[in-house]
Amino acid sequence: MSLKSYLKDTFVSHELDAQLDKIEKPVGSLGYDPWGFNADTNKLVLSLFSGVYNKYFRVQTDGIDNIPAKGPVLIVGNHSGQLPIDGTLIAYALASRKNEPRMPRAMIERFFPTVPFLGNLLNQIGAVLGDPVNCAKMLENQEAVIVFPEGIRGSGKLYKDRYQLKRFGNGFMHLAMQYNATVIPVGVVGCEETIPAIANIKPLAKILGVPYVPVTLPFILPAKVHLSFGKPMKFEGGDTTEEEVTRRVEQVKSVISDLIDQGLSERKRLF
Amino acid sequence: MNKKQKPTILITGAAGALAQQVINRLRDTYRIVAVDFRKQVYLSDDIPSYQINFNKRVFEDLFRKFDFDGVIHLGRITSNEETRMRRYNANVLGTQKLLELSHKYGIEKVIVLSTYHVYGANAYNPALIDETAPLKAAELTMDLIDSVELENLANIYLWKYPDLNITILRACNIVGPGVQNSISSLLSSKHAPVLAGFSPVMQFIHIDDMADAIVLSYEQDKSGIYNVAPDDWVSYQQALALSGCSKIPLPSIPPGLPRFLAKNLNLKIFPAFLLNYFKYSVVIDGRSFNKTFGFKVKRPLKEIFRYYRDMKNS
Repeated sequence: MSLKSYLKDTFVSHELDAQLDKIEKPVGSLGYDPWGFNADTNKLVLSLFSGVYNKYFRVQTDGIDNIPAKGPVLIVGNHSGQLPIDGTLIAYALASRKNEPRMPRAMIERFFPTVPFLGNLLNQIGAVLGDPVNCAKMLENQEAVIVFPEGIRGSGKLYKDRYQLKRFGNGFMHLAMQYNATVIPVGVVGCEETIPAIANIKPLAKILGVPYVPVTLPFILPAKVHLSFGKPMKFEGGDTTEEEVTRRVEQVKSVISDLIDQGLSERKRLF
Repeated sequence: MNKKQKPTILITGAAGALAQQVINRLRDTYRIVAVDFRKQVYLSDDIPSYQINFNKRVFEDLFRKFDFDGVIHLGRITSNEETRMRRYNANVLGTQKLLELSHKYGIEKVIVLSTYHVYGANAYNPALIDETAPLKAAELTMDLIDSVELENLANIYLWKYPDLNITILRACNIVGPGVQNSISSLLSSKHAPVLAGFSPVMQFIHIDDMADAIVLSYEQDKSGIYNVAPDDWVSYQQALALSGCSKIPLPSIPPGLPRFLAKNLNLKIFPAFLLNYFKYSVVIDGRSFNKTFGFKVKRPLKEIFRYYRDMKNS
């Protein structure tokens, strides 16, 4: 028996195993898909992650059932917290949803594939290099994809800029229109407080070839996280000017901003 | 010549296991002439076989003598064989000569076997790379220039001489009995190097399936460029485990260190210039070929790896 099978048998509960088996995934004969997702690793990581989700971050979701059970979906959120914790929490929320769970894919920053161990692990649990071709092919495959149009502008921002949305790229809107994908806005509250950074050591980041090196605490704080999912948004395709695309992106951004405000107002304490 | 009875095909790379599989599938329907750059191989009494350098003038005599109808060019010297210069001469200049003669002698069908290596292994590669993607291998290493140049040449002839009906097949890792490329040697070995912390997604096609794909593309008149890969994927380290190989992790950072080790330890099966293919995934989209030619692999991944595992236990 391989180590992975042993760990899976030891840590993955029958309940979670059955829950994840309900989710249809287009994997090959050995449980892998073209982006490196692996059904067994995913079960194991999600199983270990359930404590982090439920006990450490005590995630509270609102409107998770707004995400359609089938068809191409773009889950668009605000990015924060230096590490891709927000994407992982959204993915877990949807995978553990009682009614018709889905295993969404998170688009991650371009430097992750170059990081030993972490890059592979992220791929195996469904994260994918944030390339428009990848996103297009996954929407074509009827997948749900988590995107953060702020990119590293969002995840690398300092604590003093928390909950201020940075510029959104237009790429996700083009893809949503082209593949007739439903856009689900999500406001993430709490991840800004998990790794509060007071500065970014840019020269060191340059030497290491990473987008940022935050000055922060050497551990992740147990902030309570709220995920507020908005109502589905549909955007017609066709020949649309870039100005109109930007207007539509601003529309999504504004909904996300409202969802963040809603989460912040509902939040009683940081931890 | 029996040209009127059976069409004649020139098959290059005859010393390789793949060419021999292709020959076995075609020999009843076609008259086969086999050539190889490396050595002369005996195939059977009815199959003339030559060791020949395509760049020598004597190569043209074969075209004069046999009046070929088609060419199946499998004789690409792979990157773990020969020096860079000899590979360039054989793969690029040799292929140019072959295509030039094919045009001169009115050949009606040419199959060129290429490799997924031409796309290059890059951290920013998307998955399911289709045939329109740029060929980035040459920017990564000088050692793969011949693979990219061979393709460029075939492409030039493809649009310049449509009568040649060139089909270029960019195959994923070809493995199975008799295959002697780098990846097959790795799966055959008891201990195989891996880059610590990296296990890229890979695609494998059994030599029998690849031979079927070549025959299918020869027999159907659909020229163009196609990726050939099954709709099935596995990580490199998982492939090794299923093949019964124990892994020897090489340090992967800083990036210069594994290159230094591979060069200095002279690991032939893990050459320095292919290291990126063991670090980053190059997953190609084979759906266009499957749809166009009605192709489906018959040998699943489990069977492929079982062969390598059983080979070690026997």
